[in-house]
Amino acid sequence: MKKKALSYLVLLTLVIGLALSGCSSSDKSASEGKSGDGKIHLKFMHDWPKGSSTAYYSLVDEIIKDYEAKNPNVVIDVEVLNPDQYRDKLKVLAASNELPDVGLTWSNGFAEPYATGGQFAPLDDIIEKEFKDQFVPGTVESYSFNGKSYALPMEMNITYIFYNKEIFKKYNLEVPKTFEDLKKIGKTLIKNGVIPATVGSKDGWPASMWFMYLADRIGGPTILTDVIKGKVKMSDPAIVKAAKEIQNLVDMGFFVKGNTAFSNDDAKGYFLNEKAAMFLTATWELPNFTTSPDVPQEFKEKVGYFKFPIYEGGKGTDINSYVGGPGLGAFVAENSKHKEQAKDFAAYLVKEWGKRSVEEAGILPATKVNTEGLNVPKMYLDVLNDINNATNITTWFDTQASPNVSELHHDLITALFGKQITPEEFAKQHDEALAEEAKKNKQP
Amino acid sequence: MKNVMSNKIVIALYVLPALFLVLFLIYIPIVLTGYYGLMDWDGVGQMKFIGLENYKKLIHDKLFWKSTWHSVLLALFSVLSLVGYLIVSLVLASKIKGANIFRKIYIIPMLMSSVAIAQLWVKIFDPMNGLINSVLTMLGMKNTPLWLADPNMALYAIFVPIVWQYAGFYIIIIYAALINVPQELIEAARIDGANAFQIAYKIKVPLISGVLKVLIILAVVGSLKYFDLIYVMTGGGPGDATEVIASYMYKEAFGKFNFGYGSAIGFGLLIISMGTTWIIQKLLNTNK
Repeated sequence: MKKKALSYLVLLTLVIGLALSGCSSSDKSASEGKSGDGKIHLKFMHDWPKGSSTAYYSLVDEIIKDYEAKNPNVVIDVEVLNPDQYRDKLKVLAASNELPDVGLTWSNGFAEPYATGGQFAPLDDIIEKEFKDQFVPGTVESYSFNGKSYALPMEMNITYIFYNKEIFKKYNLEVPKTFEDLKKIGKTLIKNGVIPATVGSKDGWPASMWFMYLADRIGGPTILTDVIKGKVKMSDPAIVKAAKEIQNLVDMGFFVKGNTAFSNDDAKGYFLNEKAAMFLTATWELPNFTTSPDVPQEFKEKVGYFKFPIYEGGKGTDINSYVGGPGLGAFVAENSKHKEQAKDFAAYLVKEWGKRSVEEAGILPATKVNTEGLNVPKMYLDVLNDINNATNITTWFDTQASPNVSELHHDLITALFGKQITPEEFAKQHDEALAEEAKKNKQP
Repeated sequence: MKNVMSNKIVIALYVLPALFLVLFLIYIPIVLTGYYGLMDWDGVGQMKFIGLENYKKLIHDKLFWKSTWHSVLLALFSVLSLVGYLIVSLVLASKIKGANIFRKIYIIPMLMSSVAIAQLWVKIFDPMNGLINSVLTMLGMKNTPLWLADPNMALYAIFVPIVWQYAGFYIIIIYAALINVPQELIEAARIDGANAFQIAYKIKVPLISGVLKVLIILAVVGSLKYFDLIYVMTGGGPGDATEVIASYMYKEAFGKFNFGYGSAIGFGLLIISMGTTWIIQKLLNTNK
């Protein structure tokens, strides 16, 4: 009996030993970027999982395959994560100096610590060489710090209220021109037992779009940017009023019940299942409403969009002022072992992306698109025209803010929607964080 | 063999790998965390030494104490639930029919990954289509509770899956201790005319008190540093209604890039955990 136990123990140690040595050897090859086949391995990380961002995933996959076919000595190792996990993992990897060779980054506040901390490689050379006048104005600047550009922008998104045309028709509702109209629509829908709008305020950022638009319409298009610059305080009456209007909507029952526990995807489900009539989101959802094979055709035909209505008596009188901004851009890691190859891949990716994205995947790229002869659903042409006619696109507040303020902003938005804080406290806590930030930046 | 084992150098050699692992994976990081707590560091750029600034801020941080309170509540809740597990184990160990099947049923949640449990319970708690509210609506209840979305309720709602998750673990340990209670003692008691309740209370429980003490400490420390379900289910929200120390630390370090302050919170958590363990040990010993 004892003997048997001993032999099992020996066996177990052997197995564990094998497993461990297996781990260590594979780790080594990954970190050296080269394994037995003598090819260059580039690590590429993106946040478009097959399940939830099908169109993005397939397009990236296709471009990677084409690149590998053109460069037989290069293998792209792809790692895909959900956006929230992606954000977290990038931070962890950066902290241990192990960023992937090529990856995606959000603009402004998100990219800043990486760029100024020397984690991202400056890409001005390829922007000058390969992308002259190719990007939509203002996009590259969102990834530029201290006069250098650190990413190739891939997306340009603006935000609309998408709505279910059938539900609107059923209750004789028309697209709202003013915020009062919107509230009236809400009241009618509530009376008939339909949820007016869905929002995932657990994540903060989806709910923040309501706040940002209201601030834009009440306080004028530059007000939130001015807050970041320190010219205006968050406790400005216009902004507090915007926060108040949010809580009025919450009191009314305008938003889906329990939204403070919903992620953006949970909330989206209510719109896709036709339980909620409206969904304020950005144009990255366009594929889901037009081309995506995963969404039933009957539903897609029901989806329309309208611009966020005007607030009567507000300073933002132009309905063509949008909240939006560049989404993701491709970065190259500064300490990549194959920096030139990585740059080459990033450039190829962004270029091909710009060529194919609208038609093949229904994504609006940050590179200029020629709408003539474009074979895309009408909604796209409308949106592309809107972008051309936009008088202002305010980059999302949480994107412009530093990670510190942005995270706080998300928490406060959730609390605002959950009625845990008053609009005044909401403003005050922002101001305190912004003031602390300003103090910190002055010191060094 | 005996010769080899009496050689001090050989013993040291054998202990060395484990010692290295423990040092590099546990003790050195702890010391480093305390050290990072003295820094102003965004996790990417240069560190800046700021002395005890972070720790001073920590003591005056309302949110830190609020999340500590939440963690303490969870600890109390976990310890109370031990009583329930004890009763279940006593029943299971008294050789009733089907005890084996029940034991396996209680173990199942433990085999599931935390994220799966979280997803399951998020669906159960869903205010519109969730299992609980569907049943409540069917029973004719209007204004069903919002569970995770209601700041006053979210914390307690989230305790349920946490307790449920670990039930199997505690039950199996108590059960194992109970079946090791010598049969002779129980028989002797029975001959003396003790009923089942008396046997359980006067004989079985005192005999496994050592195990129970360990479980209490495990439950308390596990609760104080609890993170996973809270992170996945509510992310500490709505607002800060379900924030616990570990999720707060995570938010500061990885959400706001305040690795210095995050480290200080981590160090605070360590001190709180050690202090509580020490107090519990003192309390349990004087009871003897």
